[in-house]
Amino acid sequence: MKVGYFPGCSQTGTAKEYDISLRKVVEKLGTSFDEIKDWTCCGATSAHVTNHMLASALAMRNIMLAEQQGLDDIVAPCAACYNRLVVSQHETMTQPALKTEVEAVLDTKLNKEIKVMNLIELFQKIGKEKISENKTFDIKNIKAACYYGCLLVRPSSITHFDDAEQPSSMEELVELAGAKTVDWNYKVECCGAAHTLARRDIVLDLSKKIIDDARDHGANVLVVACPMCHSNLDMRQRAMKRAYPGHKEFPVLFLTELLGLALGMKEKELGIDKHTIEFNYKELAAEKAAV
Amino acid sequence: MSDKNWEPKIVAFVCNWCTYTGADLAGTSRLKYPTNVKLIRVMCSGGIDPVFILKAFERGADGILVSGCHPNDCHYNAGNFHARRRWTFFDELLEYLGVEKGRLQFSWVSASEGKKFVDVVSKVVNDVKEMGPFKSYDELNSEFMTKFPDMPEIDKNMIIKEEEAV
Amino acid sequence: MKIGVFICHCGENIGRTVDCPRVSKACQWLPGVEVSLDYKYMCSDPGQNMIKDEIRKKKLDAIVVGSCSPHMHEKTFRKAAVDAGINPFLVEIANLREHCSWVHDDIDAATDKAIDLVRMAVEKVKRNQPLTTIEVPVTKRTLVIGGGIAGIQAALDVANAGYEVVLVEKEPSIGGHMSQLSETFPTLDCSQCILTPRMVEVYQHPKIKLMTYSEVEKVEGFIGNFTVTIRKKARHIDESKCTGCGLCTTKCPVKKKAFNSFEENLAYRPAVYVPFPQAVPNIPVIDETVCTYYKTGKCQMCVKVCGREAISFDQQDTLVTEEIGAIIVATGYKLYNIEKKPEGSMIKGYGEYGYGKYKDVVDGLQFERIASASGPTSGEFKRPSDGKEPKKIVFIQCVGSRDDSKGFSYCSKICCMYTAKHAMLYKHKVHDGEAYVFYMDIRSGGKMYEEFVRRAIEEDGVKYIRGRVSKITEKNGKYIVKGEDTLASMPIEIDADMVVLATAMIAQTEASELAQTIGIPYDKYGFYNEAHPKLRPIESTTGGVFLAGACQSPKDIPESVAMASAAAAKAMVLFGSDKLEREPVVAKVNELFCAGCFLCKKVCPYGAVEVKEMKDRNGVVYKEIAYVNEGLCQGCGTCTASCPSKSIELAGFNNEEVFAQIAAL
Repeated sequence: MKVGYFPGCSQTGTAKEYDISLRKVVEKLGTSFDEIKDWTCCGATSAHVTNHMLASALAMRNIMLAEQQGLDDIVAPCAACYNRLVVSQHETMTQPALKTEVEAVLDTKLNKEIKVMNLIELFQKIGKEKISENKTFDIKNIKAACYYGCLLVRPSSITHFDDAEQPSSMEELVELAGAKTVDWNYKVECCGAAHTLARRDIVLDLSKKIIDDARDHGANVLVVACPMCHSNLDMRQRAMKRAYPGHKEFPVLFLTELLGLALGMKEKELGIDKHTIEFNYKELAAEKAAV
Repeated sequence: MSDKNWEPKIVAFVCNWCTYTGADLAGTSRLKYPTNVKLIRVMCSGGIDPVFILKAFERGADGILVSGCHPNDCHYNAGNFHARRRWTFFDELLEYLGVEKGRLQFSWVSASEGKKFVDVVSKVVNDVKEMGPFKSYDELNSEFMTKFPDMPEIDKNMIIKEEEAV
Repeated sequence: MKIGVFICHCGENIGRTVDCPRVSKACQWLPGVEVSLDYKYMCSDPGQNMIKDEIRKKKLDAIVVGSCSPHMHEKTFRKAAVDAGINPFLVEIANLREHCSWVHDDIDAATDKAIDLVRMAVEKVKRNQPLTTIEVPVTKRTLVIGGGIAGIQAALDVANAGYEVVLVEKEPSIGGHMSQLSETFPTLDCSQCILTPRMVEVYQHPKIKLMTYSEVEKVEGFIGNFTVTIRKKARHIDESKCTGCGLCTTKCPVKKKAFNSFEENLAYRPAVYVPFPQAVPNIPVIDETVCTYYKTGKCQMCVKVCGREAISFDQQDTLVTEEIGAIIVATGYKLYNIEKKPEGSMIKGYGEYGYGKYKDVVDGLQFERIASASGPTSGEFKRPSDGKEPKKIVFIQCVGSRDDSKGFSYCSKICCMYTAKHAMLYKHKVHDGEAYVFYMDIRSGGKMYEEFVRRAIEEDGVKYIRGRVSKITEKNGKYIVKGEDTLASMPIEIDADMVVLATAMIAQTEASELAQTIGIPYDKYGFYNEAHPKLRPIESTTGGVFLAGACQSPKDIPESVAMASAAAAKAMVLFGSDKLEREPVVAKVNELFCAGCFLCKKVCPYGAVEVKEMKDRNGVVYKEIAYVNEGLCQGCGTCTASCPSKSIELAGFNNEEVFAQIAAL
């Protein structure tokens, strides 16, 4: 099986390990990626708040390339890219005036709707059962708090993905991989990524609440499917320690990294050593045994 | 179309209970729609005879709307089901005769759907405007004949003679 | 044939966009038109007199009135025509208001259309046949569907007037939602105390036939002459033997298998149960789905303890038919349930309030049961999760109401009042407790209603916060309610022990199915439509079917009761005369042409087409043809469209008449 792949900027920079682990896991599950050639920014950064036309055209350019490449569906592992692509495509395809304008900018006709998938939808397409079939390493000591963030599930009227307030699809995948999950409160809460540069105090406050709630509900790992969430929750923990003395480090994993562990890959292979907060499954298991 | 001032004639056959009342509601709500449409009220969409449609086209209608209550909401329990079945077949038949699809349209408009009535009517008017005036049955017939140039002309006198002979 | 045309200006309603004098002048020259006039208000007395005078003066045979919709004033003008001596069915209305002046802006185009509409009506009226109204007898019995307070009131009113009533209730007992309430606003009197005497009165009334645990299955016929089939569900208890001692219910070993729906699932009930102690009739029902006997064939504890041998495991559902003249629909409402997202519902669910997740987040009716002295906690405020007394309760209004994105657009009307009542009841019992209410607006229109809410705020110290709640989370047994105080422009967090959601009042689950059974229209929410929103709020558009209570829209108790009495009065109006006049819009068979294919018989929804034998003068049958029973025919005309030889026609809408309209296009 071949699936179109739109990496997005984070996958090549701050979330390199997300890209690495995703490719490895997907390959292990018997699927290969067909990367969109000459892909560009999805428009999720400042474009969609400053220039609606630009944001739509940037997203639709990538969809257009996918169409020209003969792809039926593409995966955008970054939740922000996913959201931007899905929303732009919906707006463009349902608003004839906007469509005409976008087509003029791109100098092409948009004929086909491309199915844009997020990370979880990708695994649903590949086949959830493949995860349990290919599982070689027991990660039962992981108690994961699955964090969806704000962009994966919203707006539900456009994404049509899971329950926007009480989602459960990521938990399903994590449990199939052999880890345990916890029921907690902050699954779809904001981590503050939009303010990450301008108002760090807000980011620290919001992110800390998420981490604390996960820990309070018995989790030992946060699992995310968005590079923005990851950089906020993982990278900001040092600043969090300064702002909130007594803050204890809490590991944050990409969903793909967790799946990679279950499929028998080592931390280093998956790029987990690139994280700010260290994570090592053996240590986690030993810690648990000690308790 | 060549004649820019041409305005299509649209006839709507509507049931008394739902669509006629829905059209009343459109009026009470002061919604606006084109003047091309004239309503003919019957008691139930089940009572709309296909001959009415043929006659209306013959009398110069460019487009026709047939509308009744939503399925299951029929005042007479089942009239609109009969209508639905009838129009499914009749639509195909009309197309076979050479009448373009879209000249005859169907919809369900309930008594509370004034807005929907306006939308449906406006759509019919727009669709028919794009199609241009309805050709007469004679024209359709001669068009058909051009496709079969070898077809012998019917000698009407001969038929009369035969009848006389009988 | 001499035709008179009368164009109404309707003040400015038609006159503003339709040039009425031009219409009347243009119509003067239509063939057959003798006189054509316009007038400011045709429906007024002078207008009607003008029509009558012209008919007499010019000896007119038929008239066309260009005015508002025939649904408005057709009757008025027909009556005027009859007064002047012409048949009422020789009156045609051209709808110049709803279908012309109100929906168009361009005066020229609208006037042209108006002329066309009148012309079509003139052509039709030329071919109209004089018809005489049909008289049918009236069965003076009423069916009341629903045994809540509205149904009870309607049944009692009709029965007290001396007419027989059949009261059908789908639950094992009458009483409805009112019997679940603890106290009622704005007087705080006990709901059960004022309701129970009424329930008993229904049970003992000689004119009321009470059918509980029954549902209406089929409705045939028409106003004054309905035949209703009612399914009496099997109780598995012989009603004639049962004394209501309740021994079976206390001895039943099934204790924790079925939730008690009367207690809004806050308690369990046995397999053989009476919904609540004051139930009417006080006869239990055996729930087949949980009863051990139906699973294993053993147990029979109830049989052993019943001294009257009233248990009857093999009892079956029975169908009962009733002859009915008028139907009062009083099926009430249900509360949008936060336990889980309702299947196929328009409500998208309130996951952020934790549906089905947090035990101490309850809805309004559950709180009623907790507050009720006869409820699962005997009236003490206890949390469902751990039985502790909540010291801080947050009430959230408008959950599902007034919410376009997640719930319904409408206001459920009673929540402002009952939330104030809840908060008050709580404060009266838990003096050191705190009650917070999140609201959008306070809508307390009604006698003593606003005063009641003020009392809650000022005397009982309930804290009202204007704003919405975005999320409820749980932490260490507390519920963190995150919201916004829009008056202070501040986010606010309250750590509550319990949260009460004033969820929307919505139509009953099977509301649309029942509407289809009876043949009445309903709106997009499933509430039943009244014939006119202002002037006919009690009648449905189907003759002889009246509406009462919250099945029409959310209502409080006094409104439901008022509406029920009004519906009862409407039914009695119907019973005031022995014969009923019906419009003669019925199908007629042309006996000469009918070939007897009986397609019409197949398509007729009412079974009104019968077979008639045609005999020659020697009494020999020479053909069988269709014959329409005028009493059964409702005049839909489905038969006319299906007739291959066009030998069955609908009076008032026959082919010739419709063709004439088409020809006048």
